[in-house]
Amino acid sequence: MRGWTELEGPVVRLPRDGIDTDQLIPARFMSTPRSEGYGDYLLHDLRRGPDGTLDPEFPLNASRGPILIAGADFGTGSSREAAVYALVDAGIRAVLAPSFGDIFAANAANNGLLTVALAEKTLAALRPVLRIDLVSRSIVSGPTSLRFDLDEVTAQKLINGWDDIDLTRAHQDAISAHRETIPAWVWPTCVRGGKGAPP
Amino acid sequence: MSGRTLFDKLWDAHVVARAEGGRSLLWVDRHLVHEGSHHAFAKIGARGETLAQPELTFGVMDHYAPVRRDVPPMPAVLKMMERLADNAALHGFTCIAPEDQRHGIVHVMAPEQGLTLPGLLVVCGDSHTSTHGAFGAFAFGIGATEVAHVLATQTLWQQKPKRMRLRFDGALGPAVTAKDMALHWIAALGTGGARGHAIEYAGPAVEALSMEARMTLCNLSIEGGARCGMIAPDAQTLAYVKGRIHAPTGAAWAEAEADWAGLYSDTDAVFDTEVDIDAADVAPTVTWGTAPDQALPITATVPDPLAQPETTAAKTRDTLEYMGLKPGQALSEVTVDRIFIGSCTNARIEDLRAAAMVLHGRKSVVPGLVSPGSAQVKHQAEREGLDNVFTEAGLDWGGSGCSMCVGMNGDTVPAGQRCASTTNRNYRGRQGRGARTHLMSPSMVAAAAVTGRLTDVRMLLAGRA
Repeated sequence: MRGWTELEGPVVRLPRDGIDTDQLIPARFMSTPRSEGYGDYLLHDLRRGPDGTLDPEFPLNASRGPILIAGADFGTGSSREAAVYALVDAGIRAVLAPSFGDIFAANAANNGLLTVALAEKTLAALRPVLRIDLVSRSIVSGPTSLRFDLDEVTAQKLINGWDDIDLTRAHQDAISAHRETIPAWVWPTCVRGGKGAPP
Repeated sequence: MSGRTLFDKLWDAHVVARAEGGRSLLWVDRHLVHEGSHHAFAKIGARGETLAQPELTFGVMDHYAPVRRDVPPMPAVLKMMERLADNAALHGFTCIAPEDQRHGIVHVMAPEQGLTLPGLLVVCGDSHTSTHGAFGAFAFGIGATEVAHVLATQTLWQQKPKRMRLRFDGALGPAVTAKDMALHWIAALGTGGARGHAIEYAGPAVEALSMEARMTLCNLSIEGGARCGMIAPDAQTLAYVKGRIHAPTGAAWAEAEADWAGLYSDTDAVFDTEVDIDAADVAPTVTWGTAPDQALPITATVPDPLAQPETTAAKTRDTLEYMGLKPGQALSEVTVDRIFIGSCTNARIEDLRAAAMVLHGRKSVVPGLVSPGSAQVKHQAEREGLDNVFTEAGLDWGGSGCSMCVGMNGDTVPAGQRCASTTNRNYRGRQGRGARTHLMSPSMVAAAAVTGRLTDVRMLLAGRA
């Protein structure tokens, strides 16, 4: 995954609350390998009629851009990371909304997708083209610039495209030490290769 | 120093390392995987990683598992199951296929097999992993990148959530269930009401719940936005766990009992948020909209946008249009096209018994599917003759899997049809494109089957309950 520091581009507005993960990507598409791309599945049933044709008036069909502004409770529901894949594969790098599902936000950070929670009023005032800077944590909208909160770890992951596994390897000694302190009852019995009774 | 909550104790016991910025590296005691975990296996495959602890990793084919014998499985479904079996063989972890006697929906199977224990940290690439919190475990759903991280390291980075105590005082009324408790609090607090929190359910009405009912309550924690939900273990918890195949035995059991005795919130522990609900206020509840917080007592009427402020009215109008409902319509007048009894939320033996009590000697006026949560539940139901109650009522009796809760195996509700469902999400398109889902308890679904409309089950239980 490639990191990014600055992003400038048009905004697509999706003025709906409660865009849950089932709407972001219906479950029937999730057996597809990621390498085939998930962009076409993004909001599939909202963007397309029952016969599969694109609704020309739907926001993401009418215009494209790397920044999505949406309603409250964006990405609530399922843990499916495919919801993030669909956004990223459709070229979206940042979602601005009043609130997000917790698991969705964690998945986003692991895939180069910035999520920023901002008040509805603030979102409404943003211009059609924005510049987002991860280092200064700022969104530039015309003559105004507003700061947003982003923890250092998430920022570094987005900027460097970091993978937590690499980060965790540095703690291998602590992991091994912790493993030795685990009480015997934690290890499941009757599991092949386990510490409990043999099967 | 003030005391610690149950959640604090579970958190502290699993911290391996702390990093700047407040993140902690946590040890994972049980990692449950399913066919939908294929992205994570592809990730570790691409990195050439092996599994850190295959003996703490358990796979089950549930999300895509076919549950109807009369419908041949789709090729894509078989491919998904094969892919999990291949990864299990490659990485050396246990994998349970549909024909296995241990088979079931992951959140039904793991407790049955004694894999879920008090005090454990349990993760799975499924948001309803919160179910396992019923045992006093710290259990939560994770995304594919996190699944890959757990596979490779048996650990996970997490920001500690805030602590919420949700107390149900008093006692539940007749025919009111854990499902109703969940829909009630989610309706009161909203789908984001518990966002960023770990919930501890407490109070006499929670303590009075069976283990299966506790699982239903904890299962739905995510629908209120919580990271996880949990209940302090008690004598009932230990009685459920003891003797199960993967549960500790002998000296390890004694050690476990001693450790589990400390799993409660200290009397001086401080919660970030406290919510108190009178259990007597909880009615048999149904959802009318397309989010789990759009729920009302069955005796209520569909919301009227004209009676709402303009900010919410537009959303209500849009929801009613999708759901095909009229403003102000009595919920008990809403007709249904089919029913579904199943899912990790409500497909355990007590759920099937509750539905069968309503359906016994009656006919369902609409088609429907009953999918037991596991092979064990199915076997037990058949021993009790519950399968006959369902089939004589005209319903299909299937195998176990996620089935019509999420529609990944091809079991879906046709567009525009209305389904009374024991599942967990009434999102648009969840049960199939254009499907209209009403969530409720198993006995309420059975009541809807009998009358063909949303129905107060209390009216059908006279002389039965």
